[in-house]
Amino acid sequence: MNMMSEAAVEKALDQKMNTVPFKMIGKDVSVYYGEKRALFDVNLNVRENTVTALIGPSGCGKSTFLRTLNRMNDTIDSCRVTGKITLDDGDIYDPSIDVVELRARVGMVFQKPNPFPKSIYENVTYGPKIHGLARTKADLDQIVETSLQKAGLWNEVKDRLHESGTGLSGGQQQRLCIARAVAVSPEVILMDEPCSALDPIATAKVEELIHELRTNYTIVIVTHSMQQAARVSQRTAMFHLGNLVEENDTDKMFTNPDDQRTQDYIMGRFG
Amino acid sequence: MTDMTSSVQSTFVRPAQARRDIGIKKRYAAERRFKAYGLIAILIGLFFLFVLLWTVVSKGYTAFQQTAITLPIEFSEKIIDPKNERGANPAKLMTANYPLLVRDALVKALGIDPANKPLVKQATDMVSASARTQLRDLVVANPAIIGTTATVSLLAEGNIDSANKGQIDLTVAEANRKVKDQQIEWMKTLSETGAMAKQFNTGLFTYGASSRPEASGIGVAALGSLYMMLIVLVLALPIGVAASIYLEEFAPKNRLTDLIEVNINNLAAVPSIVYGLLGLSIFINFAGMPRSAAVVGGLVLTLMTLPTIIIATRAALKAVPPSIRSAALGLGASKMQTIFHHVLPLAMPGVLTGTIIGLAHALGETAPLLLIGMVAFVVDYPGSPMDPSTALPVQIYMWANEAERAFVERTSGAIMILLIFLVVMNLGAILLRRRFERRW
Repeated sequence: MNMMSEAAVEKALDQKMNTVPFKMIGKDVSVYYGEKRALFDVNLNVRENTVTALIGPSGCGKSTFLRTLNRMNDTIDSCRVTGKITLDDGDIYDPSIDVVELRARVGMVFQKPNPFPKSIYENVTYGPKIHGLARTKADLDQIVETSLQKAGLWNEVKDRLHESGTGLSGGQQQRLCIARAVAVSPEVILMDEPCSALDPIATAKVEELIHELRTNYTIVIVTHSMQQAARVSQRTAMFHLGNLVEENDTDKMFTNPDDQRTQDYIMGRFG
Repeated sequence: MTDMTSSVQSTFVRPAQARRDIGIKKRYAAERRFKAYGLIAILIGLFFLFVLLWTVVSKGYTAFQQTAITLPIEFSEKIIDPKNERGANPAKLMTANYPLLVRDALVKALGIDPANKPLVKQATDMVSASARTQLRDLVVANPAIIGTTATVSLLAEGNIDSANKGQIDLTVAEANRKVKDQQIEWMKTLSETGAMAKQFNTGLFTYGASSRPEASGIGVAALGSLYMMLIVLVLALPIGVAASIYLEEFAPKNRLTDLIEVNINNLAAVPSIVYGLLGLSIFINFAGMPRSAAVVGGLVLTLMTLPTIIIATRAALKAVPPSIRSAALGLGASKMQTIFHHVLPLAMPGVLTGTIIGLAHALGETAPLLLIGMVAFVVDYPGSPMDPSTALPVQIYMWANEAERAFVERTSGAIMILLIFLVVMNLGAILLRRRFERRW
């Protein structure tokens, strides 16, 4: 019964996708690496409490676009971004915006699990500590527990919070990274191929987790797996050679895409 | 059609087979040859290392022993203070004729006629001239000793010490050798009575420079080296680490920083004597710092060690995986927080290894110190880094210029001590690396 209603809610949510408000709006976003242009005037909006999947062949610019959303591209010297990206109507490239604050609101999970070579506890508390989210040890303990619970890792690690985060299995490490991102209470979580280094079982767990996180967070995920995009996302955007080819409801994208290139890519004719 | 395929097969398969056989034999032979070359190279290296260590140890191990002559010395008031002036003028005790006490003791112990001056001279020559200061210090420290007889262990003169260790060739004609037959006789007598014996040479570790080998040691030089190492550590580590972090993490990548990088790498290869010239002109001539002081030596060695530390630190920072930086930045850490909370702690083993190797290099450095006047004859311990001092390798250099047999063994002995310091420092570096090595 519960399952039914959940599915029904989801279906309703999926159908009403066009009415869900935008969390982030990208307008004419272009990215240059030195002389080379990697993105061509991409107009892509991310809807609130939605999983948006970015797909496309290697080098198509999907990761580049993802990294413009929390300005991780700033760390590359030669990288230049033009156009406008807003988060809740605020331009994130505005000089008055502090990139540290932006990244606290837009968290990120990377392709390779990258826990700090510190304890599980320290991994989760690092973000809250530097952002001053917790005053006392009890606050921190609470954050650690809820974050790990949200990441579905609490039961597996609650007895060894002070062991090294690098001693976990790959899938656990990736969920630890998700817990670490969740711990700073972001509004948006960016995931850059979060399952590409994981085995199918760990992948299934992370996907399940993405599904659950959607209720509280807006998620943008880059993936190489069509099936994964189809499984976890409500909206899908297809990139090709630095252009946004098509953005649509995931159901439509995988059954009846508007663009021929999307059709070809999904059918495995190139990529 | 079938004909064609079979003919194709026959023309293709057999030459290929033949070629592969020859190739494999050649490849294995090449591999064996290469292994043999490698083995020979290592054996040559080990052989020379062994020769080096054997030469140093075989020449130097005797330096850790010193012959002493233990005599009952009568602190006669008639000799020390004949006019009983010490109450009014304690300085009198400083200038008393202490060698006379030694002479009297020797005359008594060996049963020589005190009137036979040449014979008495030969006897007193057996005891180090440092006996004067030794007895003076005893009396000054405890004037009550005057008028009593005390057993005192005096250092044997350098040549007697060498003869006692069997290092002097007695087949040489007596006129051509420093130790006379009569002295050999007395040595035998004294050894039999137990008055003359070899003991552990603590003086080697505590004395300073001296023209008499038996009274010279590396203590003063080692303190100078210690001062310099502390200065190098305190200055070079923070400056080097700060420079590396700035260059590696903050500096824009442009022609200027490229130039700086090339120059740092070049500076690491600059002959150390050039740093000595630099120190001479800047610290001594321009800044007017004292000559021959550990502070100048420390500054010069700091300049010399900086490139080593910077290169090691930058390599260690580079080796920290970028995923750690991304993780911290992605969480909203600032660049500074990312570096000091994550990157630097992970790079620390590499930084410390580089620092210790740089320090070990600085400890063994002689050439730059020659130019800033640290080739000095320093007898007293330097009270501060501003006082004249010398360094361990410089002391070795100075001893190596001496001709006496006793200095030859001390040179090798001091080299052994220096090598032990270096081995300990390098072991420390290895242990640190093992201890803090992390995996990700």
